[in-house]
Amino acid sequence: MRRLACLLLLLPAAALADERRSGSTYMSAETQAMQKDDTANPGMLWVQDGAALWSRKPAADKKACADCHGDAAASMKGVAARYPAFDAEQGRPVDLATRINLCREKHQQAAPFAAESESLLGLSAWLGLQSRGLPISPDPDPRSEPFREAGRRLYEQRMGQLNFACAQCHDDNAGKRLAGSVIPQAHPTGYPIYRLEWQGMGSLQRRLRNCMTGVRAEPFAYGAPEMVELELFLMSRAAGMTVETPGVRP
Amino acid sequence: MARTLINVPASAKRGEVIEIKTLIQHPMETGFRPGANGRILARDIITKFACTYNGEEVFAAELFPATAANPFLAFTTVASESGTFRFTWTGDNGFKQTETATISVT
Repeated sequence: MRRLACLLLLLPAAALADERRSGSTYMSAETQAMQKDDTANPGMLWVQDGAALWSRKPAADKKACADCHGDAAASMKGVAARYPAFDAEQGRPVDLATRINLCREKHQQAAPFAAESESLLGLSAWLGLQSRGLPISPDPDPRSEPFREAGRRLYEQRMGQLNFACAQCHDDNAGKRLAGSVIPQAHPTGYPIYRLEWQGMGSLQRRLRNCMTGVRAEPFAYGAPEMVELELFLMSRAAGMTVETPGVRP
Repeated sequence: MARTLINVPASAKRGEVIEIKTLIQHPMETGFRPGANGRILARDIITKFACTYNGEEVFAAELFPATAANPFLAFTTVASESGTFRFTWTGDNGFKQTETATISVT
């Protein structure tokens, strides 16, 4: 008995019963290698953009991100792993892209970046990189709880002409194939991702909109409350999994 | 200026075969796709890539519309002496970008 206990102690906790798999584990060896090598991962190009934006003033008399937050490697460590997080002023959880734009409007008096713009993706990727290798640790704020529940309901709710819920593919049939592609478990571990099909960078919301179009539903708009709720639920579902940003996906 | 990622080993032994990896940010618009307004988007691609090692060309490639966006090129050469690699991408609309990397050979 004691020997068994010793053996169990040697095993990392996650290895015991965690059947969750990041989408990257389903990819070909070549695509995995591309993600792992920072000089082959195209997402690093956007990271470079983000790093430059971090220390660039939006106007001569305005502050750059770095003027308040300092070195991103220290101040932004673990931030992307926590978002969407509750914002008291908005009275609701906001995702990382919205947080960047709120900060831009409030503290930099600059125009917000458009959804899916190269600048916004670049900054998101740069912030995400500061959390790479850390576990996803969702916002513990209890005020986020009803929004997370709303996200769960959306995840389980059928939608579109094909009348599918997210859960029907990503819970019930994960690991099987939809045409030629493996259905992953839908854990948002690497966003924003460089998707080879897109030949470019995209956010989790772009990916969600893709899936919604796939089931012939009208996709929620970028930044819509439903999007943030779904994002919040997905991050909780993936709690403890490792952040891979910037991820590469096929 | 387009962003690039270049991977050249910082040092190598004389005669060693080294791998060089380059990645450049470029849309590689094929010239066959319609844009949001239905009109065909003009072709905008990189047409040529060349790498020189201390002035001598060691690798060159022609690129065509079927090449994906953000082209990634990896190739090998023999480390013969310390010096500079110069990478040049040229393309449509007068696109031209040059980057350099150094290697020390012992």
